Amino acid sequence: MDQTPYLLSLQLAFWTCALILPVAIVIGRLLAWGRFPGKSLCEAAVMLPLVLPPTVLGYYLLVTMSPNSPVGAFAAKLFGGPLVFSFSGILIASLIANLPFAIQPMQRAFEAIPANVREAAWVSGLSNWQTFRRIELPLAWPGIVSGLALTFAHTLGEFGVILMIGGNMPGRTQTLALALYDRVQAFRYDEAGIMAAVLLATSFLAIAIVHMTTRRPVVPHA
Amino acid sequence: MLDRSSQAPANVSTTQGALRVRLRQTAPVPLNAQLSCARHELLALIGPSGSGKTTLLQVIAGLRPCASGEIEVGDETWLSTSRGIAKSPQQRGVGFVFQDYALFPHLSALDNVAIALGPMPKGEARDAASALLARVHLHGLENRRPHHLSGGERQRVAIARALARQPRVLLLDEPFSAIDRMTRVSLRQDVMALKASLAVPIVFVTHDIDEAMQLADRVTILDYGVDLQTGTPDEVRRQPANDRVAKILGL
Repeated sequence: MDQTPYLLSLQLAFWTCALILPVAIVIGRLLAWGRFPGKSLCEAAVMLPLVLPPTVLGYYLLVTMSPNSPVGAFAAKLFGGPLVFSFSGILIASLIANLPFAIQPMQRAFEAIPANVREAAWVSGLSNWQTFRRIELPLAWPGIVSGLALTFAHTLGEFGVILMIGGNMPGRTQTLALALYDRVQAFRYDEAGIMAAVLLATSFLAIAIVHMTTRRPVVPHA
Repeated sequence: MLDRSSQAPANVSTTQGALRVRLRQTAPVPLNAQLSCARHELLALIGPSGSGKTTLLQVIAGLRPCASGEIEVGDETWLSTSRGIAKSPQQRGVGFVFQDYALFPHLSALDNVAIALGPMPKGEARDAASALLARVHLHGLENRRPHHLSGGERQRVAIARALARQPRVLLLDEPFSAIDRMTRVSLRQDVMALKASLAVPIVFVTHDIDEAMQLADRVTILDYGVDLQTGTPDEVRRQPANDRVAKILGL
């Protein structure tokens, strides 16, 4: 059995989670408490990948990352090669496609922390950073785990965006979901069956984690 | 009863460490108020809901900005809009007891208090926090989380936490409102004992006129953010400054 698509998908999911974690915490917290002009617009932009057809998102990313575009040319210099049809390219696409899945649960978790609990931390002498680390983060933890679980499962299953950017190249950009499609096209249903089962199990596990963390918050309501 | 070992010697002038507040703004909450509170003094802020009592307390703590005003504690300036001074809540050193306690729900009673002690070796922090909990009669409940405590017990943890950073001013927002009558009586005694043992000004907000009259050394009556009258409970009851004061006091 060819393990490459499994490993590639795991790698992609791992790096997507690792890189999206700090970004999503910062943006989620900002959207939860920040008051700034254009906040609704920001929220809409973050949620956009949720409703946009993946091929549309993939198309725009492809055009942007293409070495013919200024952004793509700059990125090609930065990464030592064009982003399209590369692992870095699908990683960036995966980060953007996953923003709503990661940010939404984290934003909700931060919103659920009462304002006066943070104020109590400040008057207790805790700096903003200490308040974040010792009060906000432990209280928002279930939402953060939830966001990561969704991101992980969604990355394994992402098809359209990865296909547009990565071009389904075995060993380089062919993730599990793309490999599954290939196997079906080639009538290799036994291999396809295993891949489908793995994706099904991961998705189920992710949803289970989301449910467990949202059903049993750190603090039961008094 | 509370530990009185920290009681100030009688010859220390009570003007030292006094709280003086002058605030003025028109929005978002209108304020036009002056108040002062000496050490060992209990000042009650009373007024109908929406009169700006809580906002005033939050401005003193540094949790809300104010368009124009001064806040001084002893010889320290916490806020002076004319001189461009506005210390952060962390720098002010206030003990603030929130209306719904605002305890840290993921921490034990002990850790709720210990976290406010500031940097300190762990063993020392435990001992200090235990002592503070014992001082508010919560001995034996150190390891309980807030949701396993009664309303009165949560209130006591909140008071212990407020005392932990050795505040220069103690502020209490509706400290007795959400507590059953039995507990309220003993909590009031505790606050009276605190007043005797703590050499700091204590300001508390209440909408319960009787409570204010019983507990406070002086009361300030607020209406739409304006201080209508300040005096001892007797003074304001005998000579309300105007009809509005008389109406608020239910005379």
